[in-house]
Amino acid sequence: MSMSAMRVVIAVFPGSNCDRDMMVAMEQLTGRRPQLVWHKETTLDPFDLIIIPGGFSFGDYLRCGALAGRSPVMDAVMDHAARGGAVLGVCNGFQVLTETGMLPGVLLRNAGLNYVCRDTRIKVGDTIASPFTSGLAVGTELTIPVAHNEGNYFASDDDLNRLEDNGQIAFTYVESDIHGPANPNGAAKDIAGIVSPNGRVMGMMPHPERAMTPSIGGGDGALLLSTCLEALAS
Amino acid sequence: MNMDTDMMTFEHAASMGLSEDEWQLITKRLGRVPNLCELGIFSAMWSEHCSYKSSKRWLKTLPVDGAHVIEGPGENAGVVAIGDGLAAVFKIESHNHPSFIEPYQGAATGVGGILRDVFTMGARPVALLNALRFGAADHEKTRHLLSGVVSGIGGYGNCIGIPTVGGEVNFDPSYNGNILVNAMAVGLANSDRIFRSAATGAGNPVIYVGAKTGRDGIHGATMASTEFSDETESKRPTVQVGDPFTGKLLMEACLELMASDSVLSIQDMGAAGLTSSSVEMASKGGLGMEIDLDLVPAREEQMSAYELMLSESQERMLMVLKPDATDVARAIFDKWDLDFMPIGQVTDTGRLILLKDGGTACDIPIAPLVDDAPEYDRPQADVPSRPVIKTADIAETGPICDVLRKLMGTSDLASRRWIYEQYDSQVMADTIAGPGGDAGLIRVHGTDRGLAMTTDCTPRYVEADPKTGGAQAVAEAYRNITSVGATPLAITNNLNFGNPEKPEIMAQLAQSVVGMGEAAKRLDTPVVSGNVSLYNETDGVAIQPCPVIGMIGVIDDVALAIGNRITAADQDIVLLGHTNIDANGDVDGWLGMSLYARHIANRKDGAPPPVDLDAERSHGDFLRAQIIKGAVNAAHDISDGGLAVALVEMAMKSTFGIDVEMPETTNIHGWAFGEDQARYLVVLPDSASFISAAEAAGVPVQKIGTTNTSGELKFGADDAISQEELEKIFEAVIPDLMHI
Repeated sequence: MSMSAMRVVIAVFPGSNCDRDMMVAMEQLTGRRPQLVWHKETTLDPFDLIIIPGGFSFGDYLRCGALAGRSPVMDAVMDHAARGGAVLGVCNGFQVLTETGMLPGVLLRNAGLNYVCRDTRIKVGDTIASPFTSGLAVGTELTIPVAHNEGNYFASDDDLNRLEDNGQIAFTYVESDIHGPANPNGAAKDIAGIVSPNGRVMGMMPHPERAMTPSIGGGDGALLLSTCLEALAS
Repeated sequence: MNMDTDMMTFEHAASMGLSEDEWQLITKRLGRVPNLCELGIFSAMWSEHCSYKSSKRWLKTLPVDGAHVIEGPGENAGVVAIGDGLAAVFKIESHNHPSFIEPYQGAATGVGGILRDVFTMGARPVALLNALRFGAADHEKTRHLLSGVVSGIGGYGNCIGIPTVGGEVNFDPSYNGNILVNAMAVGLANSDRIFRSAATGAGNPVIYVGAKTGRDGIHGATMASTEFSDETESKRPTVQVGDPFTGKLLMEACLELMASDSVLSIQDMGAAGLTSSSVEMASKGGLGMEIDLDLVPAREEQMSAYELMLSESQERMLMVLKPDATDVARAIFDKWDLDFMPIGQVTDTGRLILLKDGGTACDIPIAPLVDDAPEYDRPQADVPSRPVIKTADIAETGPICDVLRKLMGTSDLASRRWIYEQYDSQVMADTIAGPGGDAGLIRVHGTDRGLAMTTDCTPRYVEADPKTGGAQAVAEAYRNITSVGATPLAITNNLNFGNPEKPEIMAQLAQSVVGMGEAAKRLDTPVVSGNVSLYNETDGVAIQPCPVIGMIGVIDDVALAIGNRITAADQDIVLLGHTNIDANGDVDGWLGMSLYARHIANRKDGAPPPVDLDAERSHGDFLRAQIIKGAVNAAHDISDGGLAVALVEMAMKSTFGIDVEMPETTNIHGWAFGEDQARYLVVLPDSASFISAAEAAGVPVQKIGTTNTSGELKFGADDAISQEELEKIFEAVIPDLMHI
């Protein structure tokens, strides 16, 4: 399958606000506009990758991602994942994936107690086989912005050890010349993104769809997403 | 007592802020005394906030026309053409009083309100800016207010998903008891798909959509039209509560509905809620309106007609639909889980009739509410002109770098990073330059075009000389837009002043509008929308006057836009513009009302720098043409702190250094820190052709230095400071203030 034949779907919840940005990013890479599906949909046309975008689904009421995680469309997402399908959650999407239990842990309020929007430097981890990391050499560093109030990844020590031992830590924040602490939110083990035990589901706090051209955010997001798409297509 | 039907007296009117004359006029127009609901409607419509009664006479003098103006003042927001059939829709609005009482909600609802003004016009909001003024950095309330306002702005803007790309923040003791929170929104629409508010067609349905009406914010517009006192805390219930999630749903639902060709007219329920929206729609259409208040979706039980009409609950809209479009519209609002309720109809009676509990709660003619709203030509005191302070009369205090160590550590010049990192500046993925540059710059989605935007005002200049200060705010905004390479297009203004019933305050207001108007005319930037916030006083003491300018500009090919940071070594740095000369012919710079005078010499007297509009125009036009030609790598407006501070800002966060060539003058401090206007710093690989082009155009230019890789700012042979040291000072101020 070529990248342009990839069927990408983006789930849209009330309060999602990075759905359009992700749609534009995917169209830039694949030449094909992804389908946006409303959260109330239960039967989806066949697809290869479903993305849970960033934003404030259901206004972050109750808990970030809690209500979206119980939306009708998530049944289809979980079925897809159970069949070994690929799922990507960015920012609020990562929060949704932890709420459903598809990924372990939880995203707590930032350690600094404030919303933070700025560039971060992240490093590709030594993971199990995963389409989300396989196209980038271990240790590759990327500059990708974050924008969140709850990005402080937390899990039990057992879970954290398991993530490390299994090679599920996809991205960690690393030192760079960007102003401020390397880890913008206090996340355990500097975790910026993790994958599921089979490598097919990834959640990450940084927003690759905001780094798609040199003049807007730099091109590292495009690099990351295009390698994911290539790996999924092959 | 039935509050809705019992007749009122002047005492009731006075408690709502109406004067004896205004009360008499109401009873004359009605031919009887009003009931509570009717009186509430009059007092809201005739409040300073809704009627502009003190400022209207002066606002009328501002230039509002231009070839690209599609909609000037009077609608929810101004609209200007930006090319290719697209239009920018924008406005600024204050939420000063609520933000002081309840900083998070006050600021959040300020953002929500200005966004509704923009999407009401049919535009998708694409950017937010703000202009904030707080009390002294060390004042006991500043930390709490700054923290609350910043999280409130972020809380709304981040959630609804519109990037905050620019703004300004200042600190001054005059704002200790009355902060300023002005929010600006910019949207994009097709030029031929602009929606307006005038009601049309008697018999057409009037629809209420959005959130339910509660008892929050009742009579907020009236609160915003009175001074504060020690009892301000008791006004907390008049502050509205924002819900950005509902705001997002309402925005999406309205834009979806507007695309369906169902809407005849639409108006946001902002200040004075259902009152101002129904009255303004009917009045602009020359029609009447009948509303059954029992149908209004209410959050609380037993709400009276008065409460329903004066509530300022957020995230609500009123619209007139095509008669056959109700079903289509209802389906859209159902999808977004929002209330959709036909509550009345347009009539041809010219009256506002409100039904409640089977009776008539209000029956008043609409014309007097708008047309007879009082308009005052309030007396002005003479503004004494301040003496010009000679630079030689302000003591020089040592090496430039020592002064920089102090100045970059003041709250006026310190890094705003702690603030702007709490705003999502990148959502929508079109932000080319967010906060921290001269102007915010976004790509017009799906095109090569760029939209530049900025907010500016220098209150200390306005206080010293209102007319010059009013012009300077426009000139500085013009320079900021120009510095990125964009052509300034139009203005929105937010006039923040004290009590206009005091002649010296009225003089500040009137004279600054005169200066603003002259500048807007000369710089071809008509004023297409705006807001007035008066009575910014606490216990009789007024704020430093703050007529904020929000300006937008356009650049046809956004790839040609530049930033304000040095990007390479071995570049020339050119000073563009004229610096004052002393009696001996030596350069001396204008130190009166400068930050140097304020922080280093501890002087707050003297005249501010004069504004030469012809120079602003020719310098701006010349620089912009050079940027578009690709001759310039970086440009920066020289403003607060003068030349030396502008140099620091251009090298900040880089590994580059600058060798500055020192002039022959006895007034080095004036040269380094004077705040002469109409000046820029320009960085480019080869200054020779730039300089000869400037000379041919009659624009004063002078090469003043070169860039290198030293990471050090060097003024002459032995006065140097590292960027690292300056950055440390610059970045620490606000975090220290916030005890981080």
